[in-house]
Amino acid sequence: MTVTATAPPRATAGAAHSAAAGRRRSPVLTLGMLAVLIYFLLPLFWLVVAATKTTGALFSSFGLWFGGDFALPANVRNVFTADGGVYVHWLLNTAMYALVSAGGAALLAALGGYGFAKFAFRGNRLLFGTVLGAIMVPSTALVIPTYLIFSNVGLVNTPWAIILPSLVNPFGLYLMRVYVEEAVPDSLLEAARIDGAGEFRIFRQVVLRLLAPGFVTVLLFTLVATWNNYFLPLIMLNDPSLYPVTVGLANWAGRASVGGGGTGDVIPLVVTGSLLSIIPLVAAFLMLQRYWQNGLTAGGVKQ
Amino acid sequence: MSVMTVPPSRRASARRDRVGYLFVAPFLIVFVAMLVAPLAYAGYLSLFREQLIGGVRFAGLDNYIQALSDERLLDGVLRVSRFFLVQVPIMLGLALLFALALDSGAMWLSRVIRLGIFVPYAVPGVIAALMWSYLYGPQFGPITQLAEALGLPAPDLLSSDLMLGSVANIVTWEFTGYNMIILYAALRAIPTELYEAAAVDGAGAWRIAWSVKIPALRPALLMALIFSVIGSFQLFNEPALLQRLAPNVIDSAYTPNLYTYSLAFVSQDVNYAAAVSFLLGLVIVVVSYTVQLAVARRRR
Repeated sequence: MTVTATAPPRATAGAAHSAAAGRRRSPVLTLGMLAVLIYFLLPLFWLVVAATKTTGALFSSFGLWFGGDFALPANVRNVFTADGGVYVHWLLNTAMYALVSAGGAALLAALGGYGFAKFAFRGNRLLFGTVLGAIMVPSTALVIPTYLIFSNVGLVNTPWAIILPSLVNPFGLYLMRVYVEEAVPDSLLEAARIDGAGEFRIFRQVVLRLLAPGFVTVLLFTLVATWNNYFLPLIMLNDPSLYPVTVGLANWAGRASVGGGGTGDVIPLVVTGSLLSIIPLVAAFLMLQRYWQNGLTAGGVKQ
Repeated sequence: MSVMTVPPSRRASARRDRVGYLFVAPFLIVFVAMLVAPLAYAGYLSLFREQLIGGVRFAGLDNYIQALSDERLLDGVLRVSRFFLVQVPIMLGLALLFALALDSGAMWLSRVIRLGIFVPYAVPGVIAALMWSYLYGPQFGPITQLAEALGLPAPDLLSSDLMLGSVANIVTWEFTGYNMIILYAALRAIPTELYEAAAVDGAGAWRIAWSVKIPALRPALLMALIFSVIGSFQLFNEPALLQRLAPNVIDSAYTPNLYTYSLAFVSQDVNYAAAVSFLLGLVIVVVSYTVQLAVARRRR
C-alpha cells in the first residue's frame, strides 16, 4: 500500500510545466510512475509465479520468485481435469453469459440512445430521466427480488437468470445518447430520409456504423460487468456445471480453506484457474484499447 | 437534453417522432421487467412479515422500523460509510494524480504505464479478492514471508483492526486504473488553447492544473464519485471472500449487502431482507444526490 505514495507531486508540477514548454521528459516522474506500476502489477506477477509451483513449493519458497519444480503444465492439466473437467464448463459459461449479455445490452442501449437523442416523442425527457435515475439503483438490491420472481417463473438455475438482468445497462444508454449527439449529424439523417430510406434502415446502415466506438465501449463494459459478476450467479445458480468462473473458483477456494486432509492441493487449482481465467479479458482490453478509450471520452466529458 | 431534429413540416415530424417509441421500446421493456418490476416487488415484499404460525401477514412499515433500529445493519452502514470516506478520496486522488502525470506528456513509457495501471480492472473482483487474500495470508503470503525474513513481526492484515484497510486496498487496486482512464480521457478533451491562454496570462504549471484542468474534469470526477458511492455501499465480493479466512472478523453483517444476503438466504427472511435492501438503496440515492449537490454548489 505504501508504494502508491511515490509519485512526487513536485514532479507532476514540473511535468505539466515542461509540457507547456515543449514536452521535456522527466526521469523523476517516469521513475515515480514506474514505482506506482509495481504496485498494480506485482499481485499479477505473484499469480504467474504461484501458478508454476507445487503445493509444497507454494508454502516453502518465497512468494515473489520462482522456486521448486516447474509445475505449471501439471497445474494447468489439473485445472482442466479436476471435478470431471468442470472448469471448461465454467470458462464456456462465462464467455457465453458475457458475450450474449454484452451484445444484447449494447444493442438495446444503441437503439434506445438513438431514439432518445433524435426523436422528440412525448415523454422523452421523463422516460430518459427515469432511466438515468436508475443508474443509482444498487444492482445487488435487485438481486433478491429478481431471484424470487425468477424462481416463480422457473428461470432460476438457467442461463437466462444471468443474461436477462445483465441486458439492462442504464449507464450504457446514457453513454449511447451522448455519443449519438456527438457522432450522428442531423443533416446525414435528413439526407438519408430524402433518399427514401426507412427509419430502421437508416439506423442499421448509417447510425450503427457511426456509433461503432460507442457501441464497443458499452459492449466491453457490459462484458466486464457480466464476466466479473459474482453476486447474481452465486444466488441464481446451484448447478456447478452452470457456474461462471467467478463462482466456480470461489467454490474451490472455499474448499481449500475449509481444512482437513488433502485440501492443500486445491490451492494450485485456484491459483492456476484464476490466472487462466483473466487472460482472455486482459487480452481483449489490450487489443480493443483504441475503442474503449475513445468511447470513454464521450462519457467522461459531457454531463 | 434538447432534441435537435429540424422538422420539414410539423405533422410529418410528429409522425416520425413517434417512431422514436419503437427505438426506445426494447430497452424500456427490459428495463421495466428487470429493474422496475423487481423493485416494485421488493417494495411489496417489504410490507409483509412471515409468522411462525399463520403464514404471511401484512406488516405495514414494521420491517422498516425494525431495520432502523437494527444495530447490526447500522454498524454495517457506518462501516461502509467509513470505507467510502477514506478509500474513495485516496483512490480518486491517486487516479487524478496519475491522469495528470500521463497528460503532462513528460514521461517515457507512458503507454505501458497507463495500460499497466488499468490492467487490474480487467481482473474480476472475486479473483482480485482471492489473489489478495493469499497475498495477505499468514501461510505463504509474501508479505508475511518478507517480514519474517527481515525478522520483523508480520502485520496481521486479516485482524479486526486492519481488515477494512485490507478490503480498501483491494478495491483501490482494482479501480484506480479505471478512474484514471476516465479522468485521462477527459483531460485529453480539453482544448489546448485554454492552456495557451492561461500560460499567456502567466499561469504556472500548478496554476494551470488547479484552475484549468481540475475544473474541466469536474463532470468526469462527479461521474467517478457517483460510481464509487454505489460501489462502496454495495461492497460484497471482497468481504465475502475474506470472510472464509477470518470468519471472526467479518461476520454476516460486516457490510449491509452481506447482511441482506444472509437474511435472505441463510435466515430465509426475504421480507426483512427486502426492507433492508430498500433502505440501502435509499442511502445510496441520498448520498449520490448529496454528492451531486455539493459539486453543483461549488460550481457557483
